[in-house]
Amino acid sequence: MIGTIKGLLTTARWLLKRPVTAHYPEQHLPVQQRYMGFPALLMDDTADEPFCTGCMVCVRECPTQCMSAQMHDNPKFADGSSHRRKIINEFEINLNRCILCGICVDVCAFDAIEMSYEHELASYARTGSRADLTLLLDLGRRYMDMSGWSPENPEKNVAEVALAKRAAAAAAKAASAGDAAATDDPTEDGE
Amino acid sequence: MTTEQAYDTVDMMLNMGPQHPATHGVFRMVLTVDGERVVDVTPHIGYLHRGSEKLAENESYGQVVTLFDRLDYVSNLNNELIFCRAAERLMGIEPPERGQYIRVILAELNRLASHLLFIGTYAIDLGAMTPIMYGFRERERIQNMFESVTGARMMHNFIRIGGVKEDVPSDFVPRVRALLDDVERGVQECDRLLTFNEVFLARTRGVGVIDLPTALSCGLTGPSLRASGLAYDVRKDYPYEVYPYLSYKVPVGENGDCWDRYYMRVLECYESLSMIRQCLDQMEEGPVMAQMRRIARPPKGEVYVHGENPRGDIGVFLVSDGTDKPYRVKVRPPSFCNLVSLRPMMRDAYIADAVAILGSLDIVLGEVDR
Repeated sequence: MIGTIKGLLTTARWLLKRPVTAHYPEQHLPVQQRYMGFPALLMDDTADEPFCTGCMVCVRECPTQCMSAQMHDNPKFADGSSHRRKIINEFEINLNRCILCGICVDVCAFDAIEMSYEHELASYARTGSRADLTLLLDLGRRYMDMSGWSPENPEKNVAEVALAKRAAAAAAKAASAGDAAATDDPTEDGE
Repeated sequence: MTTEQAYDTVDMMLNMGPQHPATHGVFRMVLTVDGERVVDVTPHIGYLHRGSEKLAENESYGQVVTLFDRLDYVSNLNNELIFCRAAERLMGIEPPERGQYIRVILAELNRLASHLLFIGTYAIDLGAMTPIMYGFRERERIQNMFESVTGARMMHNFIRIGGVKEDVPSDFVPRVRALLDDVERGVQECDRLLTFNEVFLARTRGVGVIDLPTALSCGLTGPSLRASGLAYDVRKDYPYEVYPYLSYKVPVGENGDCWDRYYMRVLECYESLSMIRQCLDQMEEGPVMAQMRRIARPPKGEVYVHGENPRGDIGVFLVSDGTDKPYRVKVRPPSFCNLVSLRPMMRDAYIADAVAILGSLDIVLGEVDR
């Protein structure tokens, strides 16, 4: 009897307090800053192309093999507006298979993939769980806007910085070589 | 029953599960009953078998951590910790001190979350609706904390071989302290609601008693064993990580009945709270990840490492053939081994207590079936 009364007193204390629950479809709780939603691809705005070069390391390291990628020669590399020889052509993530472990982000050397805040991607389409390059870049754009994302290794990955660095290196090399040795082939890349 | 009978009776077979809300997953018990009494019980498992141990042989060491997340899906970080410790032992590396503190804080928070879930679901097994709301409310707070630290609420993949994935956020310590105060109030509330309630006592006192020799011979571990009167705790007896630097008691029961098994977990909640507070006091700045190659490639050899999970003594037997994938991973899941003692506990109990006894073992089927 005493235990029951004690229990009732405990619950009565919460009777007049506001509920701690949120009614989900109407009310969305904010996600935490480190929240790991579905992976998304990021855009290098200085070159207007994705960071991703299609090196396949994330595809190989994915524990559930949820990704597939294909690279091709970057047309922008030929005209010198990008430092990426290869660029991603097709990228698909099967969101049904993705387990949100974040391993793809850890292994990426180009800051190209990030765990976005997206977690509500249900759709009526039969292929709705297959995120292609366009959708992944859209998600990445949303993530960059929401989180104020900045690359970890700008001098390696951001096109503008990388190109400037490369130009400076080439100029230094040319200066040290002196005008005695005429430059053999100006189009040849230093790396 | 040994009463003199003028007519013949036949024991009845009663099937319970696998689709039964009180079995905490897909667990099937075949009870042989004589009237109201349980004569025998045969557990049937395997409905949630995912082949984690076999899958682990085809994944690199870093990827196996994600499989361990999914073994005991109520205490994910404890599972990650045990596998990472096994791989580290094999490779001969020691995570830095801060990394170990972060691991212990997260593991103990997860123990709290797991025990709170137990308190709630155990009450619901016995027909009390309210405590699960209280238990879940506190567990939700802890999961919010996990989300802000690891990025995920349940499948974290945060504890890595050699340390943890990244350092905790800068406001971690004050936030955890505030969280602990809230959770402590919540545990006290659950305690007040349930522990000495007359109905709860009537349902659990003297029910499912298992004496210490039987418990030991059945391989019972964890709070369920301590309820029978032996202070066996891997954290205390085979210390690992920073547990030797912490002072805490190992709660021990007397009767080995359902109530003791429940109460051990409530007391452990308080111990975990104090352990986390000590960790927060002792933690110093520093690296969180050991210096090692990015791809773990342990040398040839084998190792058995065990630790204390919320459910008992979890062990990992890891064999490496020198490649980046384990040759064999064998898990000793506490829930599975604790199920062995189901039969001695249930013998001669009433059918109505079958759920109370099963619930008091706090099994997680993801771990039982792997």
